[in-house]
Amino acid sequence: MRIRSRSLLMIALLGSAAMVTPGAPPAAGAISGKVTYTGTPPKMKPIDMAKEPFCARLHAAAPVLTENAVTGPGNALRWVLVYVSAGDQGSAPSTEPVRLDQRGCQYIPHVLVLQPNQPLDIYNDDSTSHNIHPLAKVNPEWNKSQPVGAPPIHTKWEKPEFIPVKCNVHPWMHGWHLVLATPHYAVSGEDGAFSLQGLPPGKYTITAWQEQFGTQTQDVTISGTETKTIDFVFKATPY
Amino acid sequence: MGKLFAVVLAIITVVSTAIFVTHTWWLPVDISAHGHAIDHQLAETMLSSGVLFVLSQLALAAFVWRFGDRRDGRAVTTFPGGVTPMVVFAVVLVGAEVLALTFVGSKVWAGIYQTPPDPNSLQIDVQSEQFAFYFRYPGPDGKFGATHPELINEASENYFGLDPKNDVSARDDIVVPTLTIPVNRPVALTLRAKDVGHAFYVPELRIQQDFVPGLSIPLHFTATQTGKYEIVCTQLCGLGHYNMRAYIEVLPAAQFEQWLKDKAAQQ
Repeated sequence: MRIRSRSLLMIALLGSAAMVTPGAPPAAGAISGKVTYTGTPPKMKPIDMAKEPFCARLHAAAPVLTENAVTGPGNALRWVLVYVSAGDQGSAPSTEPVRLDQRGCQYIPHVLVLQPNQPLDIYNDDSTSHNIHPLAKVNPEWNKSQPVGAPPIHTKWEKPEFIPVKCNVHPWMHGWHLVLATPHYAVSGEDGAFSLQGLPPGKYTITAWQEQFGTQTQDVTISGTETKTIDFVFKATPY
Repeated sequence: MGKLFAVVLAIITVVSTAIFVTHTWWLPVDISAHGHAIDHQLAETMLSSGVLFVLSQLALAAFVWRFGDRRDGRAVTTFPGGVTPMVVFAVVLVGAEVLALTFVGSKVWAGIYQTPPDPNSLQIDVQSEQFAFYFRYPGPDGKFGATHPELINEASENYFGLDPKNDVSARDDIVVPTLTIPVNRPVALTLRAKDVGHAFYVPELRIQQDFVPGLSIPLHFTATQTGKYEIVCTQLCGLGHYNMRAYIEVLPAAQFEQWLKDKAAQQ
């Protein structure tokens, strides 16, 4: 059995080596598509920030809407994480710092994706205190107060986990830290579109995750530099 | 030195009394139907305790003035019978005053807290949590949906733990962070706490009532003036206690009805 595994590994290595042209990036395909819904999603309700006059003033003209199910034209679904949940051929986790802002009593971005040990910088851009509280279960849970003008919090997550994040001072503030082992991920935009780039040929399981509607998976095989198109359709309910 | 102390004592007594008499730092305007009873009770308490305060302080000053610098070595005459009768006299005097105030005050208290609310009161459910208040109106169907603490989810603004999926009466419940009420109509609140003890304090309403986790505490009042006032938590409830506040907005009746309709349409 061990000999067979080694043989397969050698073949895989030789195969991948053969595909690499010196001086050029390795051949890679892509997966792109759109996330939509059928049915009736919950209403995006205006958030009344009356308790925090600073933030209420910022949004006086256009109130912020709830973000647990953000929809767009053509039944598009925003803030859906699409990622390679199986078939990833491994790569070093990114070391580029990612930034989370607390601005206008909102988490920006609402869905923040990062990798284990990737530096995370958390800023308070508001003229009011915040108290960021990631409700982690696999990683250590913490909560930190960040007064007006406080320096950014430099931190990281060590293990993959989907972590809901709330503010202990402003109950409506809610976001996600999605810690993924794979570097192949995307978050759907306002039009529901997503794109996973740089996928070497192979067989992948692609998972789409939406905080209220759960997950969906599809298997995709990439060969050469092709771009495969897949769509995810979530069944939405108003409650 | 004794005479200087007597003068300082007298000045402190006069100045601090003047601050109360001239209402330099006094209560905010009363906007409730029951507030006059509280204010009256407070005035009576201040008057009776104030008279005793002034008399005792001035008596102290007078004695210090008269006997403070005695150098002839003679003992000061003691209270007739010694110290014990003096202490008994003081305890009985102060005790009688406190008992009298309690007796009169309890009638005022019972008139506000022990009477049932008007049957036509506007019913509003209040949820307190670290560090905010939320207010729930029954919506067009007039019925509150049942609450399920395990369903509380701030991300979807389900602060009360409603179950709209299975509970039709919960679907039209209106949940807002500002207590909006009509003027001159009795309001009956039910106070609930999600996590720890909090308090509902509106100085202008002359109301201060604790929230206790696990209890549904009734509270009723009628606001008699329109305007916007602050609701603050007065029970230290955690790190963000300083920021735990909401507003109460008292609207003319017609404006309130319109507000309620607009909110119902958003559900």
